[in-house]
Amino acid sequence: MSWRRAFFLLPLVLFVALAAYLWRGLDPDRDPQLLPSALIDKPAPSFSLGTLLGNGVLASDEMKGQVVLVNFFASWCVPCRAEHAALMQLAKDAAVPLYGIAYKDKPEDVVKFLDSLGNPYLRVGLDQSGRTAINFGVYGVPETYVIDRQGHIRWRHAGPLDAGVIAKELNPLLRELGAS
Amino acid sequence: MIIELGHFALVLALFVALLQASLPLYGAAKNHWGLMMAGRLAAMALFALVGLAFATLIHAYLTSDFSVLNVAENSHSDKPWLYKLTGVWGNHEGSMVLWVFILSLYGAAVAWFADALPPRLAARVLAVQGMIASGFLLFILFTSNPFLRLSPAPPDGNGLNPILQDPGLAFHPPFLYLGYVGFSVAFAFAVAALIEGRVDAAWARWVRPWTLASWCTLTVGITMGSWWAYYTLGWGGWWFWDPVENASLMPWLAGTALLHSAIVVERRDALKSWAVLLAILTFSLSLVGTFLVRSGVLTSVHAFALDPKRGVFILALLFVAIGGSLALYAWRAPRLEPGGVFAPVSREGALLLNNLILASCAATVFIGTLYPLFLDAVGGPKLSVGYPFFDRTFAPLMVPLLIAVAVGPMLAWKRGDLLGALQRLWAAFAVAIAVMLIAFYVTSGGPVLAVLGLGLASWVGMGALVEYAERVQLLRAPWRESWRRAKSLPRSAYGMTLAHFGLAVTVAGIAASAFEVESIALMHLGETIPLAGYSLRFDGIGRHEGANYTADRADFTLLKGAGTDQRVVAEMAPERRFFPLQQQTVSKTAIHTTLLADTYLALGDPDGKGGWAVRAYWKPLTPFIWIGGIIMALGGAVSLSDRRWRVGVASRRARPRDAVAAGE
Repeated sequence: MSWRRAFFLLPLVLFVALAAYLWRGLDPDRDPQLLPSALIDKPAPSFSLGTLLGNGVLASDEMKGQVVLVNFFASWCVPCRAEHAALMQLAKDAAVPLYGIAYKDKPEDVVKFLDSLGNPYLRVGLDQSGRTAINFGVYGVPETYVIDRQGHIRWRHAGPLDAGVIAKELNPLLRELGAS
Repeated sequence: MIIELGHFALVLALFVALLQASLPLYGAAKNHWGLMMAGRLAAMALFALVGLAFATLIHAYLTSDFSVLNVAENSHSDKPWLYKLTGVWGNHEGSMVLWVFILSLYGAAVAWFADALPPRLAARVLAVQGMIASGFLLFILFTSNPFLRLSPAPPDGNGLNPILQDPGLAFHPPFLYLGYVGFSVAFAFAVAALIEGRVDAAWARWVRPWTLASWCTLTVGITMGSWWAYYTLGWGGWWFWDPVENASLMPWLAGTALLHSAIVVERRDALKSWAVLLAILTFSLSLVGTFLVRSGVLTSVHAFALDPKRGVFILALLFVAIGGSLALYAWRAPRLEPGGVFAPVSREGALLLNNLILASCAATVFIGTLYPLFLDAVGGPKLSVGYPFFDRTFAPLMVPLLIAVAVGPMLAWKRGDLLGALQRLWAAFAVAIAVMLIAFYVTSGGPVLAVLGLGLASWVGMGALVEYAERVQLLRAPWRESWRRAKSLPRSAYGMTLAHFGLAVTVAGIAASAFEVESIALMHLGETIPLAGYSLRFDGIGRHEGANYTADRADFTLLKGAGTDQRVVAEMAPERRFFPLQQQTVSKTAIHTTLLADTYLALGDPDGKGGWAVRAYWKPLTPFIWIGGIIMALGGAVSLSDRRWRVGVASRRARPRDAVAAGE
């Protein structure tokens, strides 16, 4: 086969590779929300981020000794808006503090976002470089983590939280950890 | 009874589609005239049958026949009749019927105009259309049947998502589908050409009007969708890089590239296998756009309900259609005679650059949309890479494209004179610099990228006008001569000028959105806030009952000036609508537009102590985004009316000599 012919095969090869990927996505045994995380039951990465008002620091030390929720979000992210109502409810119901980390976002946009939709977070850290998200292994926003008293990541959820996930997965885990 | 008739018609349509897919193909191979003609009849019959099925479904919606499961799930007797009608395609099953209906409409149109084509090509094109129709009719009948009955019938329906009850969104899917599905004709032509092993100038001339028609409707559809998002979602944004939006943008980008490469095939007999590949890819992206978002592989905020059986079927269908055509391409395309090589600085060179950039843009959007899949985050792709990714990749691609848009049409075919073209564009360059300086001054050193964007918009817009002025020898020849030239210019030339000018208008609107002024306040009755030289007064708030919702309606007055000079500019009444059936609140924004700028008002939540959260924006040039889209579509329509595309003109033997003078 000449090189010229191979060139015309390229679109087909690319397409077949893509289709194989998509096919896997339909496997009924796969839990779509279950992303492999190397960090489950490992210590959460430490971080120290500037906060919204510009004067404080949100550091991982502050979360030690308690069960906390950490939610990565951004004002530019449409699914985060979809998730927001669930977060507001969660902040009202759950007995654990919910921390927000704004991923690659401008502080003024975050303020606008929280002003218009309400602020479910105890405190919000700014991860403008995205470095903290990389350390956590964040795929994209929104993403939510549960960190236990020993500072280990116990649970991660990629994609927006909804009432179902909160009732079926999050609340039982929080109860098990003795946080509520 | 009527709904069973529709069901029966759709089953019959499947058999007709199977005939359409096979008979003309065999006829073309054996050169059997009767079988080739049968394809045309089948296409007409398919249109009639699917039309009948679609009509019975519409009837069931309009009469609120809740014994039909699909109607009971998606409609409600309290809904205004307009939304009962648009509810037909506001759900998965109904939208699939609309999709196939439009496909059969295009098939019938191809059959109608088939006399202008060589009979074998026409037969093969119709056969490919028949295959697509068969696939999707199978899909509807086996996994997404809207004609199923429900027994016992419920007293009332489950309503429609209140956010979808809006004229902008209601008519947006038909336009989008006219665009998506229209690309199936270009696809069918490409596959037919691969079977024949022959692509020439005449082929390009036949493909172009169909591509143009789909491109126009898709442009209108995207424009409507963006406008809808703007005034409904209440955040003042107009494009969110949401998977559903991206799904419509990808075929648009590829279709735009196809339109331009077809010109090169027609005029220079080059880029042939590339144009065929683009035709395949454009329709493939349309398929991906319509179906990937509802297959369960990828979901988004406005996706339809999921069902794994459907997902498997859709993916299998996509695999056969796209994989099959690409396999055919790999096998047959190397046989297409390569056209002549050409100089980089020439009209065709510029069109090639256009194609490279547009294809890269489409690939960028594709990667950004499917990014979660590539990261093995299958099923969780509600994750968003959003603005940071697209802004950083899309903008750098657009800048060279916009620069080239003005230059390309000034270059001659075969060998262009870049320096000469740039010299003739001095006026456009001067205006662009002036606009940038003024923008920089007025906004006191505003965002550099936005200022640059305005400059680029002026460059593209002026470039289009300069090119037109050159053609009619404006100011250079006597008025009478210019007028004569203007009259004899082909409509396709006017179409190009309009479309490029529309692009400039849209770019200006996008760039200027960086200059918007925003004010978020907690307002009490009688309070006034300033907003970009206006002031906004909160006059009152009241309850208001709609057909199937209750609303809080606020009254605002937009005022200009101060003291005794103060005058009323507009009364604005944003609402918050609560739909009790769905327990959902939807914001209805109030927009006052001067066409040069919008004042945009959205009502937020009450604080319970008499205060209301109010979001007010002043958005300069924002209406330009959609006006530009409409101008682009208009340009396409004008070009489509060019007499060269008309029936009978485009026959293979007679390559009219006037085509050489036209379309430059």
